[in-house]
Amino acid sequence: MSQPDTSSGAVPTPARPRRHARSRIPLALLLPAVIGLAFLVLPLAGLIIRTPWATLSQRLSEPGILTALGLSLQTATLATLLCMLFGVPLAWLLARTDFPGRRLVRALVTVPLVLPPVVGGVALLLVFGRRGLIGSWLYAAFGITLPFTTAGVVLAEAFVAMPFLVIAVEGALRGADARYEEAAATLGATRWATFTRVTLPLVAPGIAAGAVLCWARALGEFGATITFAGNFPGRTQTMPLAVYLALETDMQAAIVLSLILLAVSVTILAALRDKWIASP
Amino acid sequence: MTTRSVSILDGHLRVGLAGFSLDIELAIAKGQVVALLGPNGAGKTTALRALAGLRPLSAGHIRLAGQTLDEPARNLFVPVEKRPVGVVFQDYLLFPHLSTLDNVAFGPRRRGTPKTQARQQAAAWLQRMGLADFAGRKPRQLSGGQAQRVALARALAVNPQLLLLDEPLAALDAKTRIDTRAELHRHLHDHDGATLIVTHDPLDAMMLADHLVVIEDGRIVQQGDAATITAQPRTDYIARLVGLNLFQGISTGTTVALPGGFALTTAQALTGHVFAAFPPAAVSLHTSRPDGSPRNTWQATITGIHRHGDNLRIQLDGPITAAADITPAAAAHLNLSPGQQIWAAVKATETRAYPA
Repeated sequence: MSQPDTSSGAVPTPARPRRHARSRIPLALLLPAVIGLAFLVLPLAGLIIRTPWATLSQRLSEPGILTALGLSLQTATLATLLCMLFGVPLAWLLARTDFPGRRLVRALVTVPLVLPPVVGGVALLLVFGRRGLIGSWLYAAFGITLPFTTAGVVLAEAFVAMPFLVIAVEGALRGADARYEEAAATLGATRWATFTRVTLPLVAPGIAAGAVLCWARALGEFGATITFAGNFPGRTQTMPLAVYLALETDMQAAIVLSLILLAVSVTILAALRDKWIASP
Repeated sequence: MTTRSVSILDGHLRVGLAGFSLDIELAIAKGQVVALLGPNGAGKTTALRALAGLRPLSAGHIRLAGQTLDEPARNLFVPVEKRPVGVVFQDYLLFPHLSTLDNVAFGPRRRGTPKTQARQQAAAWLQRMGLADFAGRKPRQLSGGQAQRVALARALAVNPQLLLLDEPLAALDAKTRIDTRAELHRHLHDHDGATLIVTHDPLDAMMLADHLVVIEDGRIVQQGDAATITAQPRTDYIARLVGLNLFQGISTGTTVALPGGFALTTAQALTGHVFAAFPPAAVSLHTSRPDGSPRNTWQATITGIHRHGDNLRIQLDGPITAAADITPAAAAHLNLSPGQQIWAAVKATETRAYPA
């Protein structure tokens, strides 16, 4: 047997004395990292520090807050369901089929991500407004009005949040081994049965992650909502809108509303993360 | 192809790919196990995918039990899920989110069997595979050998007319492989449809199949039963697989003239184009020119020495390129080293000739 002519590997080297695994973290990386972290955390800390804790329980019982919170949770959840209903099939189409213009479709899907939400709201008005392209027909044929209604809030949130879901699910589908789908087909499964029995369960964690992102984006939606649905307490005034309104009149109320929104979203995301996002 | 019975599978598989084409004819009888043997890139997997319906043919046809599954000329194509074909994939592809039982019940369920009945059938299959205790387990909790049997049960549970196995033992370690091979042999011979095994392992092919089809570069180079193929290889690939030195030449009586000018004396008197073959163990090495019984002798240069089982395999160059197997004791006695000149000899009685 001849010796391998590379210097590594074959010749056993004596174990090096154990010391710190790596040398010091370079300051040029550490310093910006710490500043970045502070930049993200400080505003949240400021919110907590400036919270009027003494009057908190009294403010929490104000009816307007619970109404806005309830509406926010309700519309964000409905918007997420809407996004899943249409977004998962769209992601499947992008990941699993080949059709002319697929690249263009994928680019179009991401447009709401880069579009300023207010512009999105204007665009929604032009299409779904009472004199819009589809809106006028909806009103004439069914008497349905979308703008300035709770349904309009859901629509605005879904418009802004759906790309998050589609992109996350498409990524999960591309990462999943398509040969499982071939195996299902050889066992007699149609494409639909393969999708429901094999593909969906395999990418369920990816769909859950996408839904959580989508929900969080919908919960925080402001620009498209206020443009398309307006700011009517109890009907279209979600938490971000309430925060903005309170800011003009009562700073303390704005802080409390912000704190509640923060607490609720962090709690729900943390709970979902443990339940769904953790790998099996 | 055989005298056993009429073929249930009649295929002429023609698939054109960039820089590669597959063109093989394949016939398998009911209950017959055929192995498609070939090196990597020979087109084995393409053939399997075409039969399963995962890749359409470019030309030719596939007929199974009287039904045409694919025939481009007549614009006929039966999609994967409608074919009476079962596939055992190389890495099994058991659905990770389903229990062992539900994996096996998946096929019957999709083909319309009611749930309770499908699960009963699946349980019966697991019982047959000796896996009754593992019904509730997830695939990741199974060993390689168990997963292989579940994959086989899953494919057989749909009662396929044609069972396809893609490198069924390649994912297993050496020890599991021997046990699983014996068991697989039993199950394949219980299967009354046609079976095709795709493999690059000659041992798997010979142990599991009744009939071997050897393909190289998308074409059939030889087919027959294991005994014929091991005794009379017709390409260098098969000769290497079965461990023979193989030469092609023109025979006059018992003398075969090889292209390089060398002549081999063989045991059979033949005329015309022939193959001549001898096993490496029949070659003896000598420091000086041997004489005695009628034999082939030539002066060779040692180009390589490797371990081969208990012996050493010596690669020889010279008028012919050949391999010789000798004992370590003999090698030590001869003091062999690469580059050394040596005399090689093979008895004529150990050199077989057969028509090309």
